[in-house]
Amino acid sequence: MLKVENVTKMFGGLAAVSDVSVEFEAGRINAIIGPNGAGKSTFFNLISGLHQPTSGRILLDGVDVTSLPSDQVARLGVGRTFQTTNLFEQATVLDNLIVGHRLRTKSGLWDVLINSKRLQREEKAARDKAMEALEFVGLTSVAGQLITDITQEERKRVAFALALATDPKIVLLDEPAAGVNPEETVGFAALMRKMVDEKGLTVCLIEHKMDMIMSLADKIMVLDHGEKIAEGTPEEVRNNPVVIEAYLGGDEDAAA
Amino acid sequence: MSLFLQQIINGLTLGSIYGLVALGLTLVYGILHIPNFAHGALYMVGAFMSYFFMVDLGAHYWIAMAGSAAVVAVLAILCERLVFHPLRHSPPIHDKIAAIGILLFLEAVVQMFWGSDFRRMSSPFTGIMNFDGLIIPEQRLLIIAGAFVLVVALQLFLRKTMTGATIIAMAQSREGAFLVGIDANRVAMMTFAISGMLAAFAATLYAPINLVYPAMGHLVIMKAFVIIILGGMGSVPGAIAGGMIIGFAEALGGFYISTSYKDIIAFGLLVLILSVRPQGLFAKGAH
Amino acid sequence: MFKVASLLMTPAAKYLMLAFAILFPLVAANEYQVYVMATAFVWAIAVYGLNIITGFCGQLNLAHGGFFAIGAYTLGLLTADYGWSFWPAFLGALVMTAVLGFLVGIVSLRLKEHYFAIFTLCVGFIIYLLIDKWEELTHGAIGVRDIAAPYGFGLVDFTDTTPFYYLVLAFLVFAIWFMGRLSKSLLGRTFIAIRNGDELAQSLGINLMRNKVLAFVLSTTYAGLAGALYAGMVRFIGPEEANINHTFDMITYLLVGGIGTIMGPLLGTVGIVWITQSLQFLEEYRMIIFGPLLVLLVIFFPRGITGSFLTWMHRKSQALAPTKKRQENKVKTAQNREAESNA
Repeated sequence: MLKVENVTKMFGGLAAVSDVSVEFEAGRINAIIGPNGAGKSTFFNLISGLHQPTSGRILLDGVDVTSLPSDQVARLGVGRTFQTTNLFEQATVLDNLIVGHRLRTKSGLWDVLINSKRLQREEKAARDKAMEALEFVGLTSVAGQLITDITQEERKRVAFALALATDPKIVLLDEPAAGVNPEETVGFAALMRKMVDEKGLTVCLIEHKMDMIMSLADKIMVLDHGEKIAEGTPEEVRNNPVVIEAYLGGDEDAAA
Repeated sequence: MSLFLQQIINGLTLGSIYGLVALGLTLVYGILHIPNFAHGALYMVGAFMSYFFMVDLGAHYWIAMAGSAAVVAVLAILCERLVFHPLRHSPPIHDKIAAIGILLFLEAVVQMFWGSDFRRMSSPFTGIMNFDGLIIPEQRLLIIAGAFVLVVALQLFLRKTMTGATIIAMAQSREGAFLVGIDANRVAMMTFAISGMLAAFAATLYAPINLVYPAMGHLVIMKAFVIIILGGMGSVPGAIAGGMIIGFAEALGGFYISTSYKDIIAFGLLVLILSVRPQGLFAKGAH
Repeated sequence: MFKVASLLMTPAAKYLMLAFAILFPLVAANEYQVYVMATAFVWAIAVYGLNIITGFCGQLNLAHGGFFAIGAYTLGLLTADYGWSFWPAFLGALVMTAVLGFLVGIVSLRLKEHYFAIFTLCVGFIIYLLIDKWEELTHGAIGVRDIAAPYGFGLVDFTDTTPFYYLVLAFLVFAIWFMGRLSKSLLGRTFIAIRNGDELAQSLGINLMRNKVLAFVLSTTYAGLAGALYAGMVRFIGPEEANINHTFDMITYLLVGGIGTIMGPLLGTVGIVWITQSLQFLEEYRMIIFGPLLVLLVIFFPRGITGSFLTWMHRKSQALAPTKKRQENKVKTAQNREAESNA
């Protein structure tokens, strides 16, 4: 599904991501873990096209997306969330989500001016898509609330819904469970599992919560200082001496 | 040849003033990531304060300059405390609008007290020095020397003192600075105070060969922005180098090309540079 | 206060306001008041333009006053120096501001946040300098005289204040109608997504450049429309039309009324123009009040009158929801956030 070949990203003279190759299979939950500053978010930015790799190739279903800009990558079916999602605080949850389907629509300025049939049709489709995504993440009840009035956990779910509204094939989730309590974390794990089981999506996430990763992921890739140091099932990764070294050797707290 | 040297002196003079104003702007930007549109108004207030101390209170030029620097430093600290500090977590558009609000306010207040007339401010350095046919007014020499002294003093302060080191540290990494326990509030206030003082010094140095009026900050601040984009937002050496580039470009361009369009040179340069390099000429990369 | 204002926001109130605007020349005490209102409407149209690029799209454009002046000068010069009649010159002004907006847009919109604001500040100043110095084209400081008034095809005489007032009102109504339609459309939502963040918008498949340029061209065209109407109304313009202070005035109107809202630009502009008019001493020193007002607004009411009321109204209508649990949750999240930032 997603194939990354020898990707390197240099910032100035420093390699944020260094010669990483990995393949994520369709319909699986893939986790990327590693200490802070290991290049995890940069790796996501490379896949989603926000940054262009210095060298290497990225293939999505066999299509080379290495040098495509981010909006085109999104159109090809890569949805993503960010660690923090800026939303329109004074608008409702639903209003914030409608734009998620924009990339599947074509209406332009002229359609707005004459209120064309196409615009009406597409707006309805976008609204339906937003409602569907809200229902999927379990937020139908707050559809009419202002963003500023919903909880932190609900915000995170809205960010999920926004990514889902783009009709992605693969979703990249950057620390989906950061800043939520343990019970809510369980809820997010269930939601990710549901994305795979019910929607057939491929999930790729960055996360620090090891308990969650170990029970949830089908495959884990470990990054350290921009390099891939291990890859495998949770069991394999847990027992890998290099990984243990990376986590225990550094100052970072693996459980953080 | 002597005409050319004359333009070099003019360029140095202009560059010194622009450099000082841009320095204050770039320090504030480096530390707080605020493009302080009100900086030109601080410069203008600096000129009026010196004018007030000299003309209305009869103070000596140097006393007036010190007094003006003190007043503007306090004003700059007030701006930081009352306006920019409360806005530090707001969307980026808000601090820019607030800075415009400060700018409008300061201009209106000055205009209320002094009107919008152009005023002349004298200085004790009215003599003219003649170096073998090259004629240099003393005030211009003072500007060049004063700017040099101020830049050296600022460098010493930033490099040799603890407070200066914290300012540099925070400019380089805000998160890092918090981790090592730097009092961010104090650094922010300090930076605004220095930035205000530099503006007041620049204004007081330049006023005797220019005019004093409420809108005098407009052009200067815009050029200072051009300079710090040229030199890299947040870079101290960049601000000085950029100031000199613009100063010389204007002096020579004004002389050899056209006086009426000399003010456009800086902006034309900016448009050109940003069209080719959206991140600026010496920018280290996106923040 | 809130109640009065919330009434202002209902659709019925909009028709009432329209009715008032239509009847205004009949109830106005004198022609001067009609003239002031027409001026306010002209500025409001320009502020609607600023609302598209700054309010919706989140890009602080400080060259807006410059584009207003370009609209005014295009109409003025075409009619006074090149013998065009009003309506073709009017169209010419729109095309000119749209084309120049496009050209400035494709360069400036590649810049992020601060760079964009600084760049447009400089563009605004270049426009002013060009108008002031390029005497062969613009007559420099002398300004442009004998600008044509719109001709009414033998039906109305737009050199009279009242017919001109209705002409401006018609354009204003169109400007607001289009803004309303835009804001609810997918296109408007696209602009708002860009305001929320470049990276997020791109990850939603939005082409940043194309949409930002479109928003920018729309905004400069609004400014050009307002500028052209202004030139047709005052019929004598000078370089001062491009003064940066006009841009600052428009930002004030927008912020006071409500940035990113539909009725905000109108309420802010008309409100402030009348307050300034009725307190004559304010004319010169108005910024002593409006400067701090801008600061207070962005700190305490960043969405202005209209935005604050809309939020308040929405909360009221949602108040039936289980508030208590919601508040508990909120406390909890606040604590979470704190814990996070301490970590």
